[in-house]
Amino acid sequence: MTFDQFLQYVFSGVTTGSIYALTALGFTLIYNATDVINFAQGEFVMLGGLTAITLHEVGAPLALAFVGAVAIVAVVGILFQLLAIRPLHSAGILAQIIVTVGASLALRTGAMLIWGREALPLPPFTGDAPIKVSEATILPQTLWVLGLTLVIVVTLQLFYRRTLTGKAVRACSVNPSAARLMGISYSKVVLLSFGMSAAISAAGGVMITPVSFMGYSSGAIIGLKGFAAAIFGGLGNPAGAVFGGLALGILETLAIGALPMSGASGYKDAVAFLILLIVLFVKPQGLFGGRSVEKV
Amino acid sequence: MRRSHVVLVAALVVAFAMLLLAGCGGTTTTTTAAETTTTMAAETTTTGMAGPSGDPIVIGAIVSATGPASPLGEPERAALVMLEAEINKVGILGRPIKIVIEDDQSNPTEAVTAVNKLIQQDKVVAILGSSISASTLAIKPITEAAGMPLMALAASNKITEPPIDWTWRAPPRDALAVGAALGYIQNTMKLKKIAVLHDENAYGASGAADIAARAADFGLEIVATESYKTEDTDLTAQLTKIKGATPDAVIVWGTNPGPAVAAKNMKQLGMTQPFVGSHGIANKSFIDLAGDAAEGVIFPAGRLLVPDSFTDPAQKAIVDQFVAAFTAVTGNPPPTFAGHAFGGLTLVLEAINRAGSTEAADIQKALNETKGVITPDGVYNYSPTDHDGLTPDDLTVVMIKDGTWVLAPQ
Repeated sequence: MTFDQFLQYVFSGVTTGSIYALTALGFTLIYNATDVINFAQGEFVMLGGLTAITLHEVGAPLALAFVGAVAIVAVVGILFQLLAIRPLHSAGILAQIIVTVGASLALRTGAMLIWGREALPLPPFTGDAPIKVSEATILPQTLWVLGLTLVIVVTLQLFYRRTLTGKAVRACSVNPSAARLMGISYSKVVLLSFGMSAAISAAGGVMITPVSFMGYSSGAIIGLKGFAAAIFGGLGNPAGAVFGGLALGILETLAIGALPMSGASGYKDAVAFLILLIVLFVKPQGLFGGRSVEKV
Repeated sequence: MRRSHVVLVAALVVAFAMLLLAGCGGTTTTTTAAETTTTMAAETTTTGMAGPSGDPIVIGAIVSATGPASPLGEPERAALVMLEAEINKVGILGRPIKIVIEDDQSNPTEAVTAVNKLIQQDKVVAILGSSISASTLAIKPITEAAGMPLMALAASNKITEPPIDWTWRAPPRDALAVGAALGYIQNTMKLKKIAVLHDENAYGASGAADIAARAADFGLEIVATESYKTEDTDLTAQLTKIKGATPDAVIVWGTNPGPAVAAKNMKQLGMTQPFVGSHGIANKSFIDLAGDAAEGVIFPAGRLLVPDSFTDPAQKAIVDQFVAAFTAVTGNPPPTFAGHAFGGLTLVLEAINRAGSTEAADIQKALNETKGVITPDGVYNYSPTDHDGLTPDDLTVVMIKDGTWVLAPQ
């Protein structure tokens, strides 16, 4: 593997890795607020991409399509919590997790009925002339993906650390009962978390669509990989989720380059998940999974 | 993390993975009277003749109308719905036909459920399907054991490897397409070193195995072979490795959206080698997705894709009629897959008509004696040992130019 090839593998890895990261972040937000693993997370990614495609088709400029899609999917996330999760509040976490599985099927089927069965394209945000870095190339869209991911992560951290609402969310995640006694509306925090989680994943969906297209069934595998990334980084840790996503993306592509034989790409998922398993074997709470200590 | 939660999460991961495998969103489509209101412009029914009467002849069909292979299965479903209505204006053996269409959701497990239902519950006399090789290979042992005529709509070479007592095929098999692609690289492009990028599903893997086995026959050297999963979103890593092996041409064997991603990624990496695709990208979707990157892409395909390429007047007449009727109903010209469904149904009904019977053994005998039946895919001559019926001349090589298909330069 030459250095230029190495660079190309890393570029390729961070592109998909960013989307895993944003999906993992979505898992994290909802998990922190409610202890629910939302298996419909990948569908928010898919809905984001497809909604943006439709908005762009009816004439919205790309920036507006991006913001519009994120807002619409955020509303879907909030409705999802109100209509599917909230009625099961007394039924316990397990029932709520299972309903997310059902919701993912419903969202996927609904998307198939609305957008049809074939993957659809979206133009890149700013041209598709590849940028040369040494002998490797990177698409302007990949820079958008990376830049916006960074903006989202930093904004989220500032929100959690610096705003009163953000602190309220963190309080609920540490101890819902005590937070409630302090006058924090737990149900509002949960709604906010679902909305933000859906919005972040949807943003990932819009950003990746110009690179890899979006179809009604695209969310499933992204959801699975995003979940793996969240576990890898330590479920509940936002920074860990982002790290886990990028690491998983880069591991997958480097596996192709590192294995010397022809046909190595067949083993890329196996290599990535093997490393993930080894990490979890050594550190079951994930790389940055500190939160479990607080909870027990 | 609490212990109970860890167990719960583990159980859900398994459940989630199974859900993924099982596919989703499928709806079983059965043709209804409401859908049979189509008219075929060029249809010439004998006026004054009584319409078909009596119990319908029930034909089963398994198509991948949803799931990753839906670009194949959905046009097949649309063609069958349209054809059922058309055929019922005249009937077969004086009886109407009824096509029970099942959706396997691009999933072999669902195909097995569907084939059992068709045989046991619907009591069909013959089955068309499935759209994809994996499903077809899953149902073949069942139809063979049941003595049920199966007209395959998929391309894997294995489908017509023995036993084939009860299995025939409508589309050109992979071997024909591989031969056409490799022959074109050798004879017209005059290139030597090829790289192969293929989908890991049955279609891509079988094509790649065939290319590997026969490249030497065409004087070609394979310098790299890489693969991807149907849902992969970025193939630059695979292509970087291929680029390092400096091939003269890159063969991409798969169905959408993978090859479209590959075409865009090749452009990104500045790879100027010709992109030689498979008949799996013989649809408008590939051009829509790949955009500029689709320009110059070359692939083997049935002649239906470039209707001007039909030279035989009898075949041209049939194709024109089919194209007009399909376009009238769906608003789009038929992709080659719709042609496969048309061909498969034609072959089965022609055999039933010639046999004058719907008994399995009679259909089997008649299918084996099929001679000179014309469909958009070519001219069929089956025999007890040849259940493919087509020759390499029935395929052509197509190039994408200005967003549409033209015959590739010869």
